Amino acid sequence: MNRPLTREQHFDLYYYMQLNRQLEERMVRLFRQNKIVGGLYSSLGQEGISIGSAYALEPRDWLAPMIRNIGALLVKGFKPRDIFTQHMAKYTSPTFGKDGTSHFGDLKVRHTVSPISMLGDLIPVMTGVAMAGRYLGQNIVTLTWIGDGGSSTGAFHEGLNLAATQRAPFILILENNQWAYSTPVSRQVPLKNLAGRALAYGITGKTVDGNDVLAVYRATKDAVEQCRAGRGPVLIEAKTMRMKGHAQHDPAEYVPQAMFAHWKARDPITRYEAYLTENKLWDETKKAEIDARIERELDEDQKFAEESPLPPAELAEQGVYCEGCHEIKADWHRPKSEVTPPKSSVEPTWTVESFGGVEAEIPGAKEVALSDNGAQASPAVEAEPRAKPAQQKTDGAGERLRVPFGRGPKDKEFVKEKSFARTRHHKRGKR
Amino acid sequence: MAEITMLEGIRQALFEEMDRDPAVVALGEDIGVFGGAFKVTEGLLARFGPERVIDTPISETAIVGAACGMSYLGLRPVAEMQFIDFIACCFNQVTNFLAKSHYRWGAPVPLVLRGPSGGSVHGGPFHSANPEMYFVHTPGLKVVYPSTAYDAKGLLKSAIRDNNPVLFFEHKFLYRRIKEEIPSGDYTVPIGKAVIRRQGNDLTIISYAAAAHTSLEAAEQLGREGIDAEVMDLRTLLPLDRESILASLKKTNKLLIVHEDTRTGGIAGEIAAIVCEGAFEDLDGPILRVTALDTPVPYSPPLEHRFLPNAEKIVAAARALAKY
Repeated sequence: MNRPLTREQHFDLYYYMQLNRQLEERMVRLFRQNKIVGGLYSSLGQEGISIGSAYALEPRDWLAPMIRNIGALLVKGFKPRDIFTQHMAKYTSPTFGKDGTSHFGDLKVRHTVSPISMLGDLIPVMTGVAMAGRYLGQNIVTLTWIGDGGSSTGAFHEGLNLAATQRAPFILILENNQWAYSTPVSRQVPLKNLAGRALAYGITGKTVDGNDVLAVYRATKDAVEQCRAGRGPVLIEAKTMRMKGHAQHDPAEYVPQAMFAHWKARDPITRYEAYLTENKLWDETKKAEIDARIERELDEDQKFAEESPLPPAELAEQGVYCEGCHEIKADWHRPKSEVTPPKSSVEPTWTVESFGGVEAEIPGAKEVALSDNGAQASPAVEAEPRAKPAQQKTDGAGERLRVPFGRGPKDKEFVKEKSFARTRHHKRGKR
Repeated sequence: MAEITMLEGIRQALFEEMDRDPAVVALGEDIGVFGGAFKVTEGLLARFGPERVIDTPISETAIVGAACGMSYLGLRPVAEMQFIDFIACCFNQVTNFLAKSHYRWGAPVPLVLRGPSGGSVHGGPFHSANPEMYFVHTPGLKVVYPSTAYDAKGLLKSAIRDNNPVLFFEHKFLYRRIKEEIPSGDYTVPIGKAVIRRQGNDLTIISYAAAAHTSLEAAEQLGREGIDAEVMDLRTLLPLDRESILASLKKTNKLLIVHEDTRTGGIAGEIAAIVCEGAFEDLDGPILRVTALDTPVPYSPPLEHRFLPNAEKIVAAARALAKY
């Protein structure tokens, strides 16, 4: 279980949530002044999810934001000016004006992958980052978000299924904000708790109150530990509400007013402020100090963004290909010899743990049958991960089916030169 | 020097690159224990182990997406499409994620997406496709389509060492049908360079992949009729070797383009535009093309025969062109 947060960490959570909100409020004003050239998407009311989950990661871990996760970018070390300039399409933005909104990242320092607008596609990509991190011995965890609507995509399924079969150290935060553009979640997913989707992949699924930043933080911290211990991936559903339309142009008249009122009473920042006060973690002076710091930082960065130039037109023609502008170098945290022959050599066979059929003992099958399609009242869905990593052998297992394949190149000279004959049947040593 | 098939050339490139650089990993459906549907990856798992040779679920979007994620950490994944037709299943990952990554946010995607393509094997509408032009139309990708064992090996090595996403098409009709002697040492073939397979003076036939062999066959027949055709093999479709195309046209002044891809929107149209823009004054006749029909690839042998370009059709078009 996680260690309790320090007082400073409690302040951090407030700082980032309030920074997230104030930054977006300023951007609404900029939008109305026609200073934001494209769309503006609000995360009002969802700040606790971005902040709580991103704050549970270490600097070495990787994340990929979706459109309503500006807060997570702030936690990861990006500055408000990055967000302002992205939206205002300025040359000083992280993408030099080539893309907008939260569509930027940093491979080297902040370990952040830029999203694309198509929902679900980050899930396989971040699974790949997790797999590569494990391969390189970096012991990292990767995390991204998806909405209730985005969980209906094929990429969601393909990505989570691959992550599950690979036992990848990957966390998916499913932000159930009740609305996929104008369509309510009930028409997107026939489940009460979307964490129930985890059952289909044999992974851990949990539902948390997304408007409770501490609950999101704790759930994510647990998930990080589980992933680091090699028992990932984890799906966390965070229940929340999108308090604005899909984007600025959308007044969201399709949402019942009473629903807004219901959720406004559960605002994550108001709730967290009350928590800090009730637990005597801060006082009015401290709050005023943090708020003043936020105003100061936003003033400075907004000024920077507004005074920044637009990009030169010729930039449009540049950068389609990497022509030596980037050095590509993997950061190895384990000896390369472990993954190179002869140490990497294995007997290329499958270990089949069960011959299948209805009589076969399938751990967890009972839970699946009783789960009522995930519509159970309990907010937590726990399915023990049972998929073993590919090709892992269990000593003393019962029947094994050995399939003799993997003879290698047929060209005799090539075989001789590469010494395949020597290593072909070499069993991989234990690490 | 040993005589090897194109399939063997591809396999040797994979083995040698994985030997050379532990950042190179392979993933795809049935590529490990089974060695791939066409046995291209046979032996890889035995030598490099399951961390580097990954059998995946049937999930093209997950395969390509995961390969992209791996490349962000500096790996150089080689992802296999069991048949290149299935690349349609991950079109979004390829065209939106991989292709735009470097332009949008400066993140290079050094990966190779390879797979068996093309017809003449009675594979029917979903196992015979030539979907290269969807991707030639996508800035940010490179598209390679070799026709010989030497080129396949050298180009695959270049593709693996390239810092950009490279789509590597392997014509399955050529896998085991062509053989040639290749040097034993390490060599590469540059991406983006066409090659002249047969020198000629009367007209230029531009082609690639299996159709390059058909074009050579036609050129031999034309030679016996007194028409001296030059045959160019493009090898790379994106970036296209504009200079070589214009140079050959300026020499022969007549151009015939042959491809197994369907007609409308095929690379022939692009080449014709390049020639009209860059060497219109040098043209002594219309630019002609011999291509597959604008239909899906049909299954039954007489239908597929009608669908595909062949030496007969090329000879007929070349005769007409030579008269100008």
